[in-house]
Amino acid sequence: MKKIISIRLTKIITVIASIVRACARWREAIFWLEIASSCPPFLAGTRDDVKVFLRNSILPIFILFLFSFQLIAQDKGSLLIKNGTVLTVTQGTLTETDVLVKDGKIAQIGKNIAAPKDARVIEASGLFVMPGIIDAHSHIALDGINEATSPVTAEVNEGDVINPLQISIYRALGGGVTAVHAMHGSANAIGGQCETLKLRYGTFDNDALKMEGAPRTIKLALGENPTRVHGGGNNIVPRTRMGVEFVIRNAFSEAKKYTEDWDTYNKNKLTKGFRGAPPAYNLRLETLGEILKGNIIVHCHSYRADEIFMLLKVCKDFGIKRLVFQHVNEGFKVAPELAAYGAMASVFSDWWAYKFEVYYSTAYNAAILTKNGVTTSINSDDAEMMRHLYHEAGKTQKYGSLSDDEALALITINPAKQLGIDSRTGSLEKGKDADIAIFKNHPLSIYGVPQYTIVDGIVRFDRAHDPADMRLMVDPKQNLDDTMVQEKNVDHCMDGTEFLFGDLFGTDNK
Amino acid sequence: MKNFQRNLNQNNRPSSRVTAMMEIASLPNTNPMQMLAKMFSIFRMPNFQLLSGFLTALLCAVVFHIEAQNQKGKYGTFALTHSTVETVTKGTITDGTVVISNGKIVSVGTNVTIPQGAEVIDCKGQFIYPGMIDGGTNLGLSEVGSDPRTQDFNELGDVDPQMKALTAVNPNAVAIPVTRVSGVTTALTSPSGGIFSGTAALINLHGYTPEQMFAGFEGVVMNYPSGGRRGFFDHRTDEEIKKATEKSLKTLNEVWERAVQYYKVDSATKGKNAGYYPEMQALLPVVKGDMMLLIEVNKAKDITATLKWVKERKISKVALTGVAEGWRVADQLAKAKIPVITGGVLELPTREYDRYDQSYANPGLLKKAGVKVAIRTMEKGNQNFRNLPYHAGFAVAYGMDKADALKAITIVPAEIFGVADKLGSIEVGKSGTLFVCDGDPFETKTQIKQVFIDGWQIPMSSRQTLLYDEFLKREPGLSKK
Repeated sequence: MKKIISIRLTKIITVIASIVRACARWREAIFWLEIASSCPPFLAGTRDDVKVFLRNSILPIFILFLFSFQLIAQDKGSLLIKNGTVLTVTQGTLTETDVLVKDGKIAQIGKNIAAPKDARVIEASGLFVMPGIIDAHSHIALDGINEATSPVTAEVNEGDVINPLQISIYRALGGGVTAVHAMHGSANAIGGQCETLKLRYGTFDNDALKMEGAPRTIKLALGENPTRVHGGGNNIVPRTRMGVEFVIRNAFSEAKKYTEDWDTYNKNKLTKGFRGAPPAYNLRLETLGEILKGNIIVHCHSYRADEIFMLLKVCKDFGIKRLVFQHVNEGFKVAPELAAYGAMASVFSDWWAYKFEVYYSTAYNAAILTKNGVTTSINSDDAEMMRHLYHEAGKTQKYGSLSDDEALALITINPAKQLGIDSRTGSLEKGKDADIAIFKNHPLSIYGVPQYTIVDGIVRFDRAHDPADMRLMVDPKQNLDDTMVQEKNVDHCMDGTEFLFGDLFGTDNK
Repeated sequence: MKNFQRNLNQNNRPSSRVTAMMEIASLPNTNPMQMLAKMFSIFRMPNFQLLSGFLTALLCAVVFHIEAQNQKGKYGTFALTHSTVETVTKGTITDGTVVISNGKIVSVGTNVTIPQGAEVIDCKGQFIYPGMIDGGTNLGLSEVGSDPRTQDFNELGDVDPQMKALTAVNPNAVAIPVTRVSGVTTALTSPSGGIFSGTAALINLHGYTPEQMFAGFEGVVMNYPSGGRRGFFDHRTDEEIKKATEKSLKTLNEVWERAVQYYKVDSATKGKNAGYYPEMQALLPVVKGDMMLLIEVNKAKDITATLKWVKERKISKVALTGVAEGWRVADQLAKAKIPVITGGVLELPTREYDRYDQSYANPGLLKKAGVKVAIRTMEKGNQNFRNLPYHAGFAVAYGMDKADALKAITIVPAEIFGVADKLGSIEVGKSGTLFVCDGDPFETKTQIKQVFIDGWQIPMSSRQTLLYDEFLKREPGLSKK
């Protein structure tokens, strides 16, 4: 009986939901109904419980429902942050300073700014206001990481598999992160295209997470991962670092030929009496061609100095200038070469020893690269570490004595440069997007705790007022007792390739 | 060597003599005494510029000699003066002195007589803390995470209490110096996997044999059969997990009953006729209550079940490890009076609907409920046990009292492991195992200046610092010329 009631009510609500879906512009509204349909009284209550529940909650739900439209319709917020210590990163530190945000942009930074009417005021005296943290290497908010079916898969795009419901997005906000580079994995020498996301948690719209106007990026991968997946797992080239170079050169050469064929065709078709057919369209080569034209930034998973140097030469030969190395644990060994080329580096603060190609690492990597003039960032590649990138940046003060601004740049303006979004994010400057993190205690201190995280002027994380459970979508069938105790430091870059390696992640599983 | 002789014979000009001496100095693998002898042979040649040349060469010899091999530890009497001493157990001493001699702390205080011949190290503006103890490592048992040939912490089989970590600890593992130069001087190195993983050992991170490193504690590691998922890659259905758990629990209970039977036979025959049964022999001291059982358990329901399991079997020496969801059942843990080694702290919450900072807050919540809490890293995959002070620091940022967090990585683990007479605080008579730093050790800005383990002054270098020294300003740089 209980079940029947709950099923009926669920059905009614689902019908209402579908009507709303049809009428409303904001898909988010459905969320409240779906929450309602999964409320405990509906699932487990008696008839009386349900009656009481309905009587007591229809009105609040309705009000919440209307309220949600109002909240979510507002994509760009306005607010005033008062009396904070403002760490601009690019223009020094300003004490007892206000930051005024209008329609999602930083309108003014200065003292004693009057609060505009209706704007929310955040009292930040004693707090530290810094640019929202940017993670140049993440795999959150994605439903697929590795298209591990070919050594070259430039045609696939992470932008097609964005999942805005993942709780890891909210948890990252809890660490002051406002933007991430959602990357393809490292199974393939040339992997898929990646997507730069803003953490607009609360939306149900996949596309709403995309940072509009951010440059296109693509993942390349060298070393152990592509060789063990393809040479080891699939028995095809590459099995060695020589093979990796060949695969990449081969792909770029084909793309060059493809682009030339199209250019020739486009030129010839204008001439009178031309009768040739166009070359066959190929999305993979089309994408690779865009890399050669400089329209896609290369982000290359790499560890060893030799392979980093190899890719520098390959890129030089093909005229590719926009190049960022990811992980790049041995980047410190070829720091002068990276600096001379203008290639950038996005590193771990201290991860090492989890595989052979990171055995000769040093936690001083970021400092050596920075001091050699390489634009360097610190990334997470991990949903947990992402939550304390400020702490990871702080470690460069232990390992290499970087200054506060140098350390903060590693997680703000430098990753912004690497993603090509530094004109809009990465520092607190007038006219930039209002992506802001507000900390109790200095963010480089171990006692630094993010209090507010603001994306486009909207407070998406508020430590004092957010409830414990921040899921957007609740699966009513989920086992409440389902826990996950993570074995730390597994290689998320290889997520989705478990089928090839029984023991890839399970070092502890017998 | 031959080249050098030829050089010497052909060119008898002073400048080339200097060059020749520099060459001697830079020859690899040369005994310093032989080097000096060669230099004196040059010295016999009459020349006024020789003296300065000799001094230059001698300096080079010293420098090259240091660079040619890893530095060694140093034993003796050390007086660390003018320092703030955080004793942990007996408060803070300002402008204090700590004297280490023959491996032990011989005096602590503001009014300390410095023994004759002691090496005095001025620690003005610096702080002395007891060495930090990480209760969650596999130090020395793993070299490279993805290479099974370098991993010695997970033997085949589900019941392996007789597998001893201490026998497989590689004293020369690269991670050991990397860890100790950060002030983590002592670590529990644990086998893992299965139901009874093996016997863990507490080691001090200095020594050339496992015995030299042994810090006086061993305990059997047990994994309470868990109903939790191991990670995103664990694709088992709920049903499969349930079945596997039930099967493991059955095995666990059978093994324990057998161990109790073995104990009965052993005591009835006064240890003579129980027979060769390595698994049971390894469990015997645990059943007797002479050795600690370290039970890894994380899920709330499992913790409750573990407490019941322990109580029913009247196991007297127990500590729970992991305890990620301890905050859910903190009162039960406090009531059971079983100590906890929790962590890593820098972890994700175990459930999607838990508050985002729950794992950071866990140690503080346990402590508040009255549980005896030590903090560990468990950063096994990347051998980052050096991050122990940061795990404690995060516990502080999210609610734990700072003094309690410091205790949780010093005296509390020492007490749990039964070695508080030697480790965990700065007190006269304890082992000379401590570190000196220039600030709050939880802060990433802080530099560790000195480390002493068992009275040995530890060289402040590791492969990671050597790489820094070599590559900060690489030579040759961009051009080889």
